Amino acid sequence: MTQTISFNLNGEPVTLETRADRTLLWVLRTDLELTGTKYGCGAGLCGSCTVVVNGRAVRSCITNLESVEGKEVTTIEGLARDGRLHPLQQAFFDLGGYQCGYCTPGMIMNAYGMLQQNPRPARADIIEVMENNLCRCSAYKRIVEAIETVAGQTGGSHE
Amino acid sequence: MSEATHLDRREFVKALGGGIVVFVNLGPVTLFNSRAPNAFQRGYPEDINAYLHIAQDGRVTLFSGKIEMGQGVMTSLTQMAAEDLGVALDAFHTIMGDTETCPWDMGTFGSMTTRFFGPAVRAAAAQARLVLTDLAAGRFGVPRDSLTVENGVVYVTADRSRRVTYGELARGQEITHMVDEKAVLRAVEEFSVMGSSPPRLDGYEKVTGAAQYAGDVRIPGMLYARVLRPPAHGATLTRVDTSSAEGLPGVTVVNEAGIVAVLSPDPETAEQALQQVKADFDVPEATVDTESIFEHIVRVAPAPNVSEAGGDLATGRSQSARTFSATYYNSYVAHAPIEPHTAVAEIQNGKATVWSSTQAPFSQQSTIAREIGFAEADVRVITPYVGGGYGGKVGGLQAVEAARLAKITGKPVQVAWTRAEEFFYDSFRPAAVIEIESGMDATGNITLWDYQVYGAGSRGSDVFYDIPHRSVRVYGEWGRAPQGMHPFDVGAWRAPAANSNRFAAEQQIDVMAAAAGMDTLEFRLKNTTDERMVSVLKAVAEAYGWESAVTPRRTGRGRGLACGIDAETHVALIADVTVDRDTGVVKVDRVVCAQDMGIVVNPDGARMQMEGCIAMGLGYVFSEEIRFQGGAIQDVNFGTYELARFSQMPRIDTVFVSNDELPPKGGGEPAIINMGAVVANAIFDATGARVYRLPMTPERVLEAIRST
Repeated sequence: MTQTISFNLNGEPVTLETRADRTLLWVLRTDLELTGTKYGCGAGLCGSCTVVVNGRAVRSCITNLESVEGKEVTTIEGLARDGRLHPLQQAFFDLGGYQCGYCTPGMIMNAYGMLQQNPRPARADIIEVMENNLCRCSAYKRIVEAIETVAGQTGGSHE
Repeated sequence: MSEATHLDRREFVKALGGGIVVFVNLGPVTLFNSRAPNAFQRGYPEDINAYLHIAQDGRVTLFSGKIEMGQGVMTSLTQMAAEDLGVALDAFHTIMGDTETCPWDMGTFGSMTTRFFGPAVRAAAAQARLVLTDLAAGRFGVPRDSLTVENGVVYVTADRSRRVTYGELARGQEITHMVDEKAVLRAVEEFSVMGSSPPRLDGYEKVTGAAQYAGDVRIPGMLYARVLRPPAHGATLTRVDTSSAEGLPGVTVVNEAGIVAVLSPDPETAEQALQQVKADFDVPEATVDTESIFEHIVRVAPAPNVSEAGGDLATGRSQSARTFSATYYNSYVAHAPIEPHTAVAEIQNGKATVWSSTQAPFSQQSTIAREIGFAEADVRVITPYVGGGYGGKVGGLQAVEAARLAKITGKPVQVAWTRAEEFFYDSFRPAAVIEIESGMDATGNITLWDYQVYGAGSRGSDVFYDIPHRSVRVYGEWGRAPQGMHPFDVGAWRAPAANSNRFAAEQQIDVMAAAAGMDTLEFRLKNTTDERMVSVLKAVAEAYGWESAVTPRRTGRGRGLACGIDAETHVALIADVTVDRDTGVVKVDRVVCAQDMGIVVNPDGARMQMEGCIAMGLGYVFSEEIRFQGGAIQDVNFGTYELARFSQMPRIDTVFVSNDELPPKGGGEPAIINMGAVVANAIFDATGARVYRLPMTPERVLEAIRST
């Protein structure tokens, strides 16, 4: 059954007429054409579909569209401002925190969600929060280094 | 060069919009161009490996049949071209893996891009530089050697106000130049782009989510397909009822020529429709499983290929003061790229265009053409960024399925495998059994090496120790294994066979070192005169801070060493571990890796590959193992099939052994091949227990400790 679902997506309001039980991942990737959020496992096990909802990282592959009604959804496409990379993106870029790049949006969004909750995580906190994001190329070392750089310097804000 | 070929090149350059094109065919023919199939029919030069186009605005395009799947070759190949052409990296655009515009290539695997394709790129670039310099010499009326090239500008060396850019030189030109001579490449001392680590060319797109993968291609009217799958390999469909699925709005059902699929403009509806399909399969009785496979592999093994032989084994036995026999095992391992196999196919006006996550676009082109009854020239495969391959994306069933469904439905079709399909249709790293009998004399000289490998293959079994009496016999190399040896597909997995072989061989060396009462580094150095191996062993020991010791020390903490050769790169690793003797849980604390890979094109990129190899390797070392019952794959997602994770990461140090005398060698695979043995040897030092089977799960480590 079709419903009206409204939420903020990367700072802009969106309204969809669709079934509320659809999965956020596929709505993002199809109706909204934001393909930066990736399918990896469909079961919340790999983290490549991670987006941030009201300041918390969630697995969009196991998130109902209905649950984001009225909320603020941020995807990888919403991080850079005015062509300027978010410090996390810049750090992943500078330190080589990616290889094939497929898990990268989920990694960055999971880290972004963490920094919203805890702007100055210690290394152990970073590892704990990132633990369930999988990178098969195994760029883990540099991903941790990239997040540490941002955590130390700016607390993850744009400024 | 035939006249026809000449004409094709001219046509081809016109299509590029003028400017200067330099083609190169360096050979070796067998490596690159054994077919160079129907390129000629496409009005496309048939005898080339690579080419560069210099446009009238000075922009340079490098065309490569290789693909980018994370290994960083988009950047390193472009660096090589930039170096020898004499332009900045940012003047380049690099196009990869498009069968319509890129020269034919066998596929991206075997750490061959830099080794074999790199020289072709450099030769094309060097020749282009000569062509441009000659044009400038003509324009200024001076000899070629009175000119200097810098950043795409040609100067008269003595009067730098007389200058002309590459773009100006290309203007109004329509030049094709075929490289049929050995070009003069820039020397290592002259390098300004090679040997440096510029930001990766794919980086910005990858951190912003803009990077396009096959599943991100959107075509108006595209349908998402889900294909009915059997519960096990070898199963046959006996009955199917699609009537409920057909009743769903917007759903198209296909049941034709062995493919049952449901399609919808929305992927979730397609999934729901698939759930409505009722099917019965006849599943053959399982005859092998995760545990019985090893005995099976040995039993059905074909006659061996002797990959190495020297001396006489009987003499070796009689010369040995002590002999050592051991058998090593490893289970099937999945590639598990985070991007599952995905393709989008569109057929218009009798031509098929397929965007595919593949390591081998040109072989996909042939396969798709055959499967849908098209001429090869009417099939174009485009390779967007590939979300990990590791050898697992050489085949391309998903692209064939997408093309067939596009042909049947008349609509563009996406086939994106689910994680369960990815595990089911993977071409696994083969399970393997390795039997070794080795011997040494009273002073620790290795005298005997009788090595038999079943199920894996020959790669990584090279004997670089000085052993007078040796034999390496390979039974059922992957890719040539007899029907029935493996219950499902097996294939190349990052350094195929080498992970299995080094796990066995480097443990066996360690077994002998311990029995000889010698330090494991000294034992290796005593038994090899391979200069590059000696250098990497010394380099890794120095970087680690090695102090001589006899193993095992049984303190709960241990140190392991292992070395090998892969893709002509010599590599040695040292690992520190901590073993919990009550639980069998092993933590790798530190890994040091030294590599002699010849000239290092991009040091940071090479380090990323070394780090990735080490970290990825921890998965197959400790937890990765496909559980199966006959043709039924029991691991369907990451919940049970466990990849390496953040918390397992050790401190990693990487070291290059400088060897600029040698052209660049492979870098994507060597550092992973020793991960099994380096950890097993460290566990032995920590506990006195030998673990003979991969993965070394806590249960297996505990069992080894208890039986020691």
